[in-house]
Amino acid sequence: MHQRPSFWYAAPAFAFFALFAALPMVLVVVLSFTSWDGLGTPQPNGVDNWARLADDGQAYDAVGRTAILMVVSWLVQTPIALLIGVWAAGRQRSRAVLSSIFFLPLLLSTAAIALLWQVMLDPNFGVLQSLGGPLGDVQFLGNPSIVLYTVAFVITWQYVPFHTLLYQGAARAIPKTLYEAATIDGAGRVRQFFHITLPQLRYTIITSSILMIVGSLTTFDTVLILTNGGPGTASRIAPLHMYITGFSGFEMGYASTMAVLLVVVGTGLSLLVMRVTGFRSMTSQQEGA
Amino acid sequence: MKRNWPAGASALVWLVLVVGPLYFMVAASLRGRADYLTSSPLKPPSDPTLDNYRTVLGGGFGGYLFNNVVVTAATVAIVVLLGVPAAYAVARSRSKLVQRGFTLLLAGLAIPAQATIIPVYLLITRLNLYDSLTAIILPTAAFALPVATLVLTNSLRDVPKELYEAQTIDGASAFGVLRYLVLPLARPAIVTVVVYTALNAWNGFLFPLVLTQSESSRVLTLGLWNFQGQFGTNVPALLAAVTLSVMPIFVVYLIGRRYLLSGLTAGFGK
Repeated sequence: MHQRPSFWYAAPAFAFFALFAALPMVLVVVLSFTSWDGLGTPQPNGVDNWARLADDGQAYDAVGRTAILMVVSWLVQTPIALLIGVWAAGRQRSRAVLSSIFFLPLLLSTAAIALLWQVMLDPNFGVLQSLGGPLGDVQFLGNPSIVLYTVAFVITWQYVPFHTLLYQGAARAIPKTLYEAATIDGAGRVRQFFHITLPQLRYTIITSSILMIVGSLTTFDTVLILTNGGPGTASRIAPLHMYITGFSGFEMGYASTMAVLLVVVGTGLSLLVMRVTGFRSMTSQQEGA
Repeated sequence: MKRNWPAGASALVWLVLVVGPLYFMVAASLRGRADYLTSSPLKPPSDPTLDNYRTVLGGGFGGYLFNNVVVTAATVAIVVLLGVPAAYAVARSRSKLVQRGFTLLLAGLAIPAQATIIPVYLLITRLNLYDSLTAIILPTAAFALPVATLVLTNSLRDVPKELYEAQTIDGASAFGVLRYLVLPLARPAIVTVVVYTALNAWNGFLFPLVLTQSESSRVLTLGLWNFQGQFGTNVPALLAAVTLSVMPIFVVYLIGRRYLLSGLTAGFGK
């Protein structure tokens, strides 16, 4: 028989979270059925916003750009983060020193990173311009058919260190005996990577992928600073489109509808990834190991 | 040890990609404007100058920095003061209500802050907090609470229950246990939570963007964005501002890299 903490120890945290995070999540759904200019009182307007969204070519385009960004940044980030993470998991001194440099972008805010790359890719005074060479003439931020890939690159630069960190931690947790046994069986490094490292990292690959998917669905600060959606609307991805609709176009109700859609799509994709990969059954395997 | 050529080669390429821009940033921030426009960005500055840093510090940077410190400190204080007792309750209480609340809190891990900016804006304006530092602090802290509570709870669940029992046999109250057992044992987790929360608050952009407006409540990230317009083509000054904004975190990184990295992956590491 001993003294246990009462509910009141947790109540302040729950109340605070409920008010400033959970309530907004509920409110955004409510607001998606209203018309609101950001100043007066939100006016209920039924499913008008939803009907409008179903018919909004601009919104479809924005979602399409987000999809491209999501796929490209996943395809680029995953192999890089995986390879470097596994490499950085080695305990050699040189790897420790180099990894501490790799993680430097983690220290910069999104604003700092976006500004830095904007300066470097500036068409007139940018770094590549000054260095000359074939890349000097490419309009990384000015060419509508390139700009999304530039954004994906900057996002990669920003987030690969984070995912590297995840893979590094996970790779270090792989039991050494697995490799020793494989070596005795005569398996080479490549086979060990594909038959031991990759399967053992499945759990991390899924976590990292879900973070990337939700991340590219919702991120917009990088794009806001780097291109402001331009040139034209070439890089106006869905969350930025939502922000501009709400805070520049003062259509907060309609913007809420887009926000709800983003959450639904994000959650849906995350669940899909878990289902397809058998995430649940895998966790139990891990616990058993 | 084993060698791993493909990974080693990618690591080398990545090294150049990481170091190049950062070198450019620092080098350019030490150049005069003429030097920046005429010389190769890779050469060290021919005549290093701190003028750009003076320009930045004279251009409101101090105020933004102060606001950032206030926002970060207050956010961390709220998260730790609310999170530690909550985690203690989740780990030790038998109350159904506590476990249900925790489930709700964990559902919060899946809420992207971006999707809530409109209702948060509504809430903050209705509370008459728009354009204040408090407006930034409240939602930033609320969105840090799920990860913080999760990390703290996990660390407290690892504490052998005999330790709790021994304390209460000695006649300690629940608060006594919190004070003399939980706080010392949870210290590493608290450090992780402090770092995670502080980084989020320090580098936050979204909530300041939609919840503040005037110069007096501007934080660093928005200040940097503002400098971009203010300095126009004075790129060295802009980069000096960017460099300055990273400095405090860089210093923390030098002192306690391990803690910083654990804070960064809080909730997602093993």
